[in-house]
Amino acid sequence: MSSVYPSEVIVQKLSRAVRDAGVFLPEDVKHALRKAYEQQLQDAPDSLGASVFEHILQNIKDAETHRLPICQDTGMAVVFAEQGIEGYVSRDIESVIHKALAQAVKEGNFRPSVVEDPVFTRKNTMTGLPAVIHYSRIPGDVLRISGLLKGFGSENCSAVSMLNPTAGEQGVIGAVLEAVKKAGGKPCPPVIIGVGIGGTADSAPILAKRALLRETGSAHPDQRYAELERTILDQVNRLGIGPGGLGGDTTALAVMIEHAHTHIAGLPVAVNISCWADRKFCVEIAVNE
Amino acid sequence: MLNGPMLVARDQAHGRLAALIESNKPLPVSLEGETIYYMGPAPAKPGDIIGSCGPTTASRMDPYTPLLMDCGLLCSIGKGPRLSAVADAVVRNNGLYLYAYGGCGALYAACVTSVETIAFEDLGPEALLRITVRNFPVIAAIDSNGKNIYPVS
Repeated sequence: MSSVYPSEVIVQKLSRAVRDAGVFLPEDVKHALRKAYEQQLQDAPDSLGASVFEHILQNIKDAETHRLPICQDTGMAVVFAEQGIEGYVSRDIESVIHKALAQAVKEGNFRPSVVEDPVFTRKNTMTGLPAVIHYSRIPGDVLRISGLLKGFGSENCSAVSMLNPTAGEQGVIGAVLEAVKKAGGKPCPPVIIGVGIGGTADSAPILAKRALLRETGSAHPDQRYAELERTILDQVNRLGIGPGGLGGDTTALAVMIEHAHTHIAGLPVAVNISCWADRKFCVEIAVNE
Repeated sequence: MLNGPMLVARDQAHGRLAALIESNKPLPVSLEGETIYYMGPAPAKPGDIIGSCGPTTASRMDPYTPLLMDCGLLCSIGKGPRLSAVADAVVRNNGLYLYAYGGCGALYAACVTSVETIAFEDLGPEALLRITVRNFPVIAAIDSNGKNIYPVS
């Protein structure tokens, strides 16, 4: 018997995961928000920032109760399809992923937010599609499809800096702080910051996106990078931008770094910011499931 | 908390309104004394009148807001800081810029009591709407005295 990732199982699992991602905020993000709110209540209970947290937490409840998208910007879907090489997909994987996403958009009452031509017509495709899909082949017999529903209030605050190879930690910290300062209140703080370091000018932003898929607040397995994440988070939270950009000590809930090899002449640093509504999904399909 | 009618427009609708003003053509709706909420709603569930409908980033409307305010617009509602040209237009026109809670689309859906499409229906979620709201939570972000809760840039 051949090893197949059945397309109908992919559609069923992925469509449900994406639909739910638009409505139910993941537990790790909710936990980080509640923790930040408690801190805000201790530090500045009558502040505008506290009011921002109260509305965010109420909104999360309202979305769950009424099965409405958390935010009307249900984003552009950014998908990572990692195919275990011991199996294959019975149909063209791109059409299978898009079928699942189309179902999620419809069932989840997602806003169609994608236009077909970026410069001239800007005609809405009215389907919320196509998605941006990154494919890779990995060892094993599992197909993993993960991703983000990426709103553009935060996506517009992305940045890539091509630093000198000797810029080191301070260079990285400076590049992230600059991007967050420039973003200010635009990306719906408190934000979650993905940082991609290394690679090339095109691969570093993909690393930054991948970083956002990690559990919010989880530390990098490499101690040096974990420390760098803590340092950046600490400095970001001293910028004073605060919840909603209305001032305060919680500008970011987490900083997460992914890194890769790079060229002797460079140190690419990409910053990808997620709004507090960090909507992510992940499904795994085994061969012959 | 806001109660009453307001217009809804975002990027493309602003571009079209500005183009009409600049070519001295009539607008689909008078802006005199109006409020514009920067928003593009998600589709309504069956039985609902609107889907998720929180504010979008206001700064993208900055190139158009002074012109619209000089044509009668009184108030805008969105999220995030504005350019100083907008703050100046708010003062000059005795207007307001209000902050609505970013990302809170489900919460705002419950505040909307009526929805009507006014123009630019071809833009889908970016069409120009008139909605009526009840108990719609906002914070005054820039007022007619120039008081601004954001750092000015």
